[in-house]
Amino acid sequence: MEVGQGKVRVDAYAKVCGEAKYTADLEPKNILHGKVLHSEIANGLVKSMDISEAEKVPGVVKVLTCFDVPDCQFPTAGHPWSVEEKHQDICDRRLLNRRVRFYGDDIACVIAEDEVAAQQALRKIKVEYEEYPAIPTVEQAMAEGATPLHPDLRKDNVIVHSHMTMGKADFSFEKALEEAKKEYGEEELVYVEEELDTPRISHCHIELPVSWAYVDNNGKVTVTCSTQIPAIVKLYTAMALGIPTGKVRIIKPYIGGGFGNKQDVLYEPLNAFMSMQVGGRPVRLEISREETIISTRTRHKITGYVRGLAKRDGTILARSLDAYANNGAYASHGHAICANCCTVFKDLYRDRMGTEADGWTVYTSSPTAGAMRAYGIPQSIWFTECLVDDLAKKLGMDPYELRMKNCMEEGFRDPGNGITFRSYGLKQCMEKGAELFHWTEKREKYGHESGMKRRGVGMAIFCYKTGVHPISLETASARMVLNQDGSAQLIMGATEIGQGADTVFTQMAADTSGLRFDEIYIVSTQDTDVTPFDTGAYASRQTYVSGMACKKVAEEFRSRILDYAAYMLNNSVEDISKTIYAKEVSRAEEKLRSQLSLSPKEKILPEMLEIVDSRVVLKEGGEALFPLSILADTAFYSLDRAVHITAEVSNQCKDNTFSSGVCFAEVEVDLPLGLVKILDLVELHDSGIIINRKTAEGQVHGGIAQSIGYALSEDLLVDEKTGRVLNDNLLDFKIPTAMDVPDMRIDFVELEDPTGPYGNKSLGEPPTIAAAPAIRNAVLQATGIGMKVAPMTSQRLIEAFQEGGLL
Amino acid sequence: MFDIAGFYEARSVDDAVRALSEDENAELINGGTDVLIRVRAGKDAGRALVSVKNIPEIKGVKLLPDESIWIGAGTSFTHITNDPLIMEHLPMLGEAVDMVGGPQIRNMGTMGGNICNGATSADSAASAVSLNTELLLTGPEGERRISIHDFYTGPGRTVRRREEVCTGFLIRKEDYEGWTGKYIKYGKRRAMEIATLGCAVRVKLNGDRSRIEEARLAYGVAAPTPIRCRKAEEKLKNRSLSDPGLLSDFSETALTEVNPRSSWRASREFRMQLISELAKRALSEAVKLSGGEIHA
Repeated sequence: MEVGQGKVRVDAYAKVCGEAKYTADLEPKNILHGKVLHSEIANGLVKSMDISEAEKVPGVVKVLTCFDVPDCQFPTAGHPWSVEEKHQDICDRRLLNRRVRFYGDDIACVIAEDEVAAQQALRKIKVEYEEYPAIPTVEQAMAEGATPLHPDLRKDNVIVHSHMTMGKADFSFEKALEEAKKEYGEEELVYVEEELDTPRISHCHIELPVSWAYVDNNGKVTVTCSTQIPAIVKLYTAMALGIPTGKVRIIKPYIGGGFGNKQDVLYEPLNAFMSMQVGGRPVRLEISREETIISTRTRHKITGYVRGLAKRDGTILARSLDAYANNGAYASHGHAICANCCTVFKDLYRDRMGTEADGWTVYTSSPTAGAMRAYGIPQSIWFTECLVDDLAKKLGMDPYELRMKNCMEEGFRDPGNGITFRSYGLKQCMEKGAELFHWTEKREKYGHESGMKRRGVGMAIFCYKTGVHPISLETASARMVLNQDGSAQLIMGATEIGQGADTVFTQMAADTSGLRFDEIYIVSTQDTDVTPFDTGAYASRQTYVSGMACKKVAEEFRSRILDYAAYMLNNSVEDISKTIYAKEVSRAEEKLRSQLSLSPKEKILPEMLEIVDSRVVLKEGGEALFPLSILADTAFYSLDRAVHITAEVSNQCKDNTFSSGVCFAEVEVDLPLGLVKILDLVELHDSGIIINRKTAEGQVHGGIAQSIGYALSEDLLVDEKTGRVLNDNLLDFKIPTAMDVPDMRIDFVELEDPTGPYGNKSLGEPPTIAAAPAIRNAVLQATGIGMKVAPMTSQRLIEAFQEGGLL
Repeated sequence: MFDIAGFYEARSVDDAVRALSEDENAELINGGTDVLIRVRAGKDAGRALVSVKNIPEIKGVKLLPDESIWIGAGTSFTHITNDPLIMEHLPMLGEAVDMVGGPQIRNMGTMGGNICNGATSADSAASAVSLNTELLLTGPEGERRISIHDFYTGPGRTVRRREEVCTGFLIRKEDYEGWTGKYIKYGKRRAMEIATLGCAVRVKLNGDRSRIEEARLAYGVAAPTPIRCRKAEEKLKNRSLSDPGLLSDFSETALTEVNPRSSWRASREFRMQLISELAKRALSEAVKLSGGEIHA
């Protein structure tokens, strides 16, 4: 069994030694350098541009402006394309935009012999604007008379408003409140209503979005780039350029993280255009950190107005959410993220009367929000878990008990999309986690904190889907190709983006094919000219959806090898006797016939055979017959029956399942300085069977670190008057350092999921979700102050402590 | 690639002064941890750089014949922290510069650059102010000495002329002997940080450690330049450590002397809270380092 073992990552040595090749390592000599000019107003129109001085800068090859680009609008979301029009993503962007919609919009670019010349030329471009008022907030963008940012697509700035309910279709919180008052009496009810807020944040992947493009001699524009989604980049690049898809080739080498930012088509189409405009010469386009923060994508700032109603005994009756998502200047993933936030809000708890969730996704003149690890759920869980702890406080109930009593149950099925909790480990996670953390003891110990340093514990639970079926298409492809020595290449359409995909696919393929783990060479690079189709790394889908394709291809590959093995054993006297392997094969045949008591006339069937440890063995008893190296050499070069054994499959997944988990946090709050120190943190994940414990733990550690940043320090600030980003660098945008992240204790509840190819379900994104509200709830126990806004910066904490009379 | 007009590696302080005087577009560079960021951001793009990085005469820490301590302006933070003289006589300064950025920055950045950059948030600045540090500047007309109290003229501005090279810092014996001090850097995270507020407190106790003879208080980011709070210092003169009003008198008086601004990085109110709290904490720690304890 290879699945379940903590194998060392297949790319570990190459990456640690600095030998793994990333996009910028692969560029040719004498490449040209591109730079993008960004708008210095948040809302308006480029009236004219004077590039004459810029063109004079020595080394400048070409200056292109928003007046030079093709008249093509294209989408950028890393969703599978849809052949149904209503499911297509919004085409609202051009390569360079005349209509400026945020401070930092792409309006021109320079191609030069070196970066300095390109940068100098940028400063010499003179732009004349017609300026409209900046509307960077949802409030401003939804105000009466606000300029619509995309009047060709929407009459106002609301991209989508959706309404969903749990319970009756016409359920309304207002009505439920009235009914409950009548049925139970007001004194039997506890009601909480609050405004909760979440920050806009930047992904902060280490490798910047970098690409280089040239036109190959077959006429294809070829872009090597740091992306999670090569197949989608190919399609949308063609669309942006107005050329056939076959004319575009995308190559994705190792990438230094993406966290969803690279689940969007970013600057690859513009880079392709730049090369095409200089006769197909290679052009490199590296987007700086500042540009990445401002002009790529962000996590949505979602403001939630929540209400909760419970009976005194802790039975939650009803909840509601009004969620306003600031989507920034372009649609990117559109309403998908806010809708996901609303869906999980209603799924996580079992409200006896019903649940109501309204979501608005709104264009504003601010940086575009798109996908980020956990896709709307950190916001959703901030809303549910603040609300539930505030209810618990009002009820005078242990938050653990309240959650146990009301959380989603085994067998839960979302009536809206049919997604079902196939293997249910949520309560087991809570039980196991509480024990590991000593929840009850700590909760009691910190019940009456006083003084200027106070301690407390808090928790949060979550659920998460696995892939995107049935909301979108789920499909994946894979190929295995035999080598002469019996080893094989595994070629996945799914992408390694640092999460460890290559390693777990190798484990899966080894497990199912019977080849040794170290004799399967996964091809890490995806090249859309040769790699089979997969939509890419997102939605925690790959071990599940692409894992299904991996399993299927390994089965197919194995069965072709066994067919050939049976041929060899049945023809040992004739064909094989002429080969150098005659002795070994006939000895194997004898062994098999005697073991199975087969007469020489009876045919040997593939079903009698198995592959174990890269050897053909007897299925019954497992006796070794001959190594795959003999089989492969024969199959390649037999003068009687030569065949290159390969397998290629495509698999459409029409299934989904929930994963879940819990986080417990213990904090010490230094009141006068507004500092939160995390003393202990325990997180449990219900992600089905864990394919590789080491890489899984890595995922969880990284996710928790991101959630700690979300809780305490990360906040991308946009000036409300100018729409300008204030903290566009890693000094002022505060991701936690190694010094800020405590030791974490993590564990898994491993229940086999019946739909997962190896009993597995989502794990990539879930670790980013629960730590933030768990920390918030720990601060609540410590201080009695329930913070409403993430991140809980020192300044916000001090303000709240002063307001609460603690300082 | 950096957008610079040229790079000149000066052989000596005089050579650097000459090179700076000859080219009006030239700017001094040492570790480059501030200058190169400005070049990259376009602010100082196109400048010619004159490097004093490899001039031995401005590196190191020395005890002078009059027992003043000389710190070469070109001494990296890492070398300051690990210098035996600093560890013995000025541990507060060694610890303060050990809080700058991360290890790589501390290997490149120098105290000369940190002070001459003129930032109120510089980690060495509050300590340097509390130590009555003197700066040595060499220009075309020769060397001049200037007190750090007269050095800053505004945010990012100092009296140093463009063609002057800061060669070192002097701390007199009377400013370190018998004193202990504590610098608290308040940042939003525990490393890779710029100070939201920096607070340096130094004390000199009496023989039986029951009274404060003298105290010093200096802040970074509490005003447009690093500042010293002399009125708060006065309040502690000859004050008993068991005087109940000790801490609050000190911190409340300090609040009357500072002038922090509100920005998106931190509000004035938030900084005022930190100014008050950090004064108390730094004072308590400084007293402890002298073997005393505040019973207020």
